Amino acid sequence: MSPHTTVRVRKSALPYLLLLPAVLLELLIHLVPMVMGVVMSFRQLTQFFIRDWTRAPWAGPANYELAVDLNKPVGQALLGSFVTTCLFTLLSVGLCWLLGTAAAVFTQESFRGRGPLRALFLVPYALPVYAAVITWAFMFQRDNGLVNHVLHDQLGLGGADRTFWLLGDNSFWALLTVSVWKGWPFAFLIVTAALQNIPGELYEAAALDGAGSWQRIRRITLPSVGPVNQVLVLVLFLWTFNDFNTPFVLFGKAAPEAADLISLHIYQSSFVTWNFGAGAAMSVLLLLFLLLVTAGYLFLTGRGRRRNADA
Amino acid sequence: MPDRPGPRARTRPRRRPRPRSPLDPPPSFRAVRAVFLTLLTGFVLLPVHVMVTSSLKPLGEVSGRFRWFPGRLTVRPYLDIWHTVPLAEYFVNSLIVAGAATVCSVVIAVFAAYAVSRYRFRGRRLFTVTVLSTQMFPGILFLLPLFLIFVNIGNSTGVALYGSRGGLILTYLTFSLPFSVWMLIGYFDSVPRELDEAATVDGCGPLGALFRVVIPAAVPGIVAVAVYAFMTAWGEVLFASVMTNDTTRTLAVGLRGYSTQNDVYWNQIMAASLVVSIPVVAGFLLLQRYLVAGLTAGAVK
Repeated sequence: MSPHTTVRVRKSALPYLLLLPAVLLELLIHLVPMVMGVVMSFRQLTQFFIRDWTRAPWAGPANYELAVDLNKPVGQALLGSFVTTCLFTLLSVGLCWLLGTAAAVFTQESFRGRGPLRALFLVPYALPVYAAVITWAFMFQRDNGLVNHVLHDQLGLGGADRTFWLLGDNSFWALLTVSVWKGWPFAFLIVTAALQNIPGELYEAAALDGAGSWQRIRRITLPSVGPVNQVLVLVLFLWTFNDFNTPFVLFGKAAPEAADLISLHIYQSSFVTWNFGAGAAMSVLLLLFLLLVTAGYLFLTGRGRRRNADA
Repeated sequence: MPDRPGPRARTRPRRRPRPRSPLDPPPSFRAVRAVFLTLLTGFVLLPVHVMVTSSLKPLGEVSGRFRWFPGRLTVRPYLDIWHTVPLAEYFVNSLIVAGAATVCSVVIAVFAAYAVSRYRFRGRRLFTVTVLSTQMFPGILFLLPLFLIFVNIGNSTGVALYGSRGGLILTYLTFSLPFSVWMLIGYFDSVPRELDEAATVDGCGPLGALFRVVIPAAVPGIVAVAVYAFMTAWGEVLFASVMTNDTTRTLAVGLRGYSTQNDVYWNQIMAASLVVSIPVVAGFLLLQRYLVAGLTAGAVK
């Protein structure tokens, strides 16, 4: 909020009334369930207690011990899934940001066909997740998919045996491809919007001073989207790290180990093995990790920005 | 999209008379741009091509080796999709759920954003921070608790939320609420305060100022928020797969019905995917100008 806005102090109840529906919904759908989730993580919650979960016996820290015990299969699997998710998120966010920014910068100046192209680039974002991902699942089929047809039949790569894309180690790359395809238009959208706030005179002045297209991008365009990038990268990170829909539609209930993202892993640990307490403990650990990363990220980028402003 | 006069009418007169301005990109820049944008277009279009062509193939052809174009064109998949699974029913469910969630979400977000934008009150900062921080909650953390809350509310008050469309509507509208509130606060802040003060002087109450002045000035932002809310509700999978039953199933879950133990009707899956995508994609492309405008004025600041 800008500092020069007139500050009106009202003692009336009106602002609270206006906020009431939003607050009630947030409480019912987000906050109360979250507190319940934390409580559940300290209970021995199995299917026998699902009717009345408050009667489930207390487990103390047992669920957390189970989740982080690296000598047991549960802890090892969770760590594996966590490492996979980190690597996946890093690559996906990086590529989404890169493609989105490049496309936004290249479509900044007007040229013939720019309007339709911009609309086309937003199609992956507009498509419902399940429709898009199921199409990719079809393309990655071993025997009748497009990817193997191009690689094996048309380019003659990879030998006689067709590749499994949705099983085994390759599934990581399949998942990454789908995630980037779906995710980059959001970065494109945000950066495009941010670029429209740059005054055109800046470019004209720079051009008169002899700056070429590339230099104008480096000196004007990229620095101007800096503040937007701070939020954009954070949002992309949180969405990608928590992504459940993509692996769930691509692989079904059980993802191959190489593409076992943490949300799907927890879903499986709770709903397939019926151990809801352990699942809740894993979710809480995930939330703590995300809180830490977000706080650290905001602290570091905020400090960097302030230093730039001082200089 | 504004630039669309016929290509022939445009290229000819333009080429010769205009001298080269220093803002014109050099050939190297144009070449890189052309290559990059062409590759990206191919990447974006590939699944769309597969979706369209495969939906026009007979089952035998999608089960065998992939072909870029149908050997035999057929529209049968588009007729069969309605019988293989009760697609029309899922479609209606999705429309009701997404439509209601969108309307409620926008109304509630407008009120909340107006309060935050125009009033200073205790708890204002707490509200915005809390609302934004819910964006980082992993859905998996509150899936089971929410499920239990819905079941318990049903048992104690008789209001059936679990398995009903109402429960799903409540859930989805809350999912889009944080982003909507956040974006509308930015948008309302950009509407000059003098306008609603003038309206107040003219005898409008605070709500009159909201409806007569602020909302009309913020239409692009509101449209953008509505588009976002609808897309969120139309595409959600996790809660839809746990919170619905046979009569309230939405498209997100229903499309799974095309793969059975023995057969996967890929041509019908592609046809159905296309059919369920058309309302959102068409709506989105029609309104995307507002989305960009809304983001420019609101969130991206």
